[in-house]
Amino acid sequence: MSSTEIDRQWTTRLRHRVAHRLPPEKMLPDTQPAYVASWIYVFGVTTLSALAVVILSGFVLALKGPQWWHASGIGHFVNSLHLWSVEIFFFAMVIHLWGKYFMAAWRGGRSLTWVTGVVTFLVSIATAFTGYVSQTNFDSQWISTQAKDGINSTGAGSFFNVLNFGQMLMWHIVLLPLAAVVLTAVHVLMVRAKGVVPPFEEREEAR
Amino acid sequence: MSDSPDVTVAPWTGPQRPYDIIKEGTIAFLVVAILTIGLALVFGSPDEPQVTIQQWSTKAPVDFAQTALAELNGTSGTAQYGAPYNTASAGQSLGPFTLAKWLGATIPVNTVRDFVLSPLESQPAAAPLSAALAQWKGASAHQRTAWVDAYTKASAKMTFANGTVSVPTTSAGPVPVMINTLEQMARSGALDQALVTRNGFYTSNFTLPLLFLADGSYLGDLAQQRHLLGTQWGMMNETGNYPGQAWLWLYTFWYQVPPFASSANADVQVWGLMMLFSLLLLLVPFIPGLRSIPRWTRVYRLIWRDHYRSQGA
Repeated sequence: MSSTEIDRQWTTRLRHRVAHRLPPEKMLPDTQPAYVASWIYVFGVTTLSALAVVILSGFVLALKGPQWWHASGIGHFVNSLHLWSVEIFFFAMVIHLWGKYFMAAWRGGRSLTWVTGVVTFLVSIATAFTGYVSQTNFDSQWISTQAKDGINSTGAGSFFNVLNFGQMLMWHIVLLPLAAVVLTAVHVLMVRAKGVVPPFEEREEAR
Repeated sequence: MSDSPDVTVAPWTGPQRPYDIIKEGTIAFLVVAILTIGLALVFGSPDEPQVTIQQWSTKAPVDFAQTALAELNGTSGTAQYGAPYNTASAGQSLGPFTLAKWLGATIPVNTVRDFVLSPLESQPAAAPLSAALAQWKGASAHQRTAWVDAYTKASAKMTFANGTVSVPTTSAGPVPVMINTLEQMARSGALDQALVTRNGFYTSNFTLPLLFLADGSYLGDLAQQRHLLGTQWGMMNETGNYPGQAWLWLYTFWYQVPPFASSANADVQVWGLMMLFSLLLLLVPFIPGLRSIPRWTRVYRLIWRDHYRSQGA
């Protein structure tokens, strides 16, 4: 087999591409540009950490099924962990988003990083919503019967029935978390590949 | 490609500082985990028990019977909803677009059949009920309408005593027996079961009981007491003093202000508006003006103040 033939293989080409875009020193860096020195940068990693706690607490809830937490003290505590990690997740994510907006973090070929971040935000809202309507308590009854009108009015209710507990639970524990995690991974890899956006050139901007 | 300072930036060639990404991630995870545990221990989470149709019909028997009648005479919210449940109305429209109607009744609900007749038919054959159902089935559509109209006309004087719903009319045919039996079914808990077992032994679809519950006043009254109505910032809240879905504040906000607060098409209008805002947020990097706001406001100077101080800018 010739080296040219090997070089043409999809696997080889993908490996070269990944190695070129994300060499180890970018994937796991040991230095950062000096300007990366503000509390605002904490909220990206806080969002990721909260996502990890959300998923871990969700795993524990999944072990015993969707109604366990109503009858068990431990289950209720795990549900509380799930709730508060979601609140921290959104709190950190929104601050991260506004911070990145005021940094104009899409500059320098980082538009797709911004786009994946916004899509992750929207998918996260849908994920949390399906969780709220899957609680099997008064909150889920009220929220689902209210939300149905908004979703039905768009036509989406034909495919996404918020009153169907089984459907909502599947979206909440399989489809949407998978999408959120994959999008988050892509987003983080883009940040690692492109680096953190540099400051505006102030001398040009100064009036 | 644009050379606008809102789009381009030269790669950084300045100084670097040490950065331990693994250590940062580990510390962040531990801090968030400890904070979460603390919040969970101190505040817990809300879990108000579900409302059953049995509870509704026991606590508010007349409201239940009036709702059952509304399902029978076609005046309930579900009966007049339109898509995706039926074709009774065109539903909401956004300008010329009636999106739900175009997709049709994909989750068909016939309130007479699904909320009244089928549950009654699932009951053991008691003589008065069997006779009432036979009388109903044997009657013409015109006769059924006349019976239901007579019952509806007298229903303003509906009372409930000794486990029986009473309406002062003698010309409603089998309707009084049907409504009364449905009431008794509901109070025994049998209606909760009958509505969810329509699809067989295993079920996870609660569309029918939730629609029935939402058609009555009882669920809404409970929600109002808990400040959960649409006019009270609605579904972004949850029971108790918890943050709820605070991230839905903008979506919920529109329902509180004109013209949406009084619009018959508020749902689709608010959804349309939020879709537009989401699209704008998504496309910020490509929208001149919107992408320039960070440079104009110079909030970035707060974020990178050490950098600019070191640059003497």
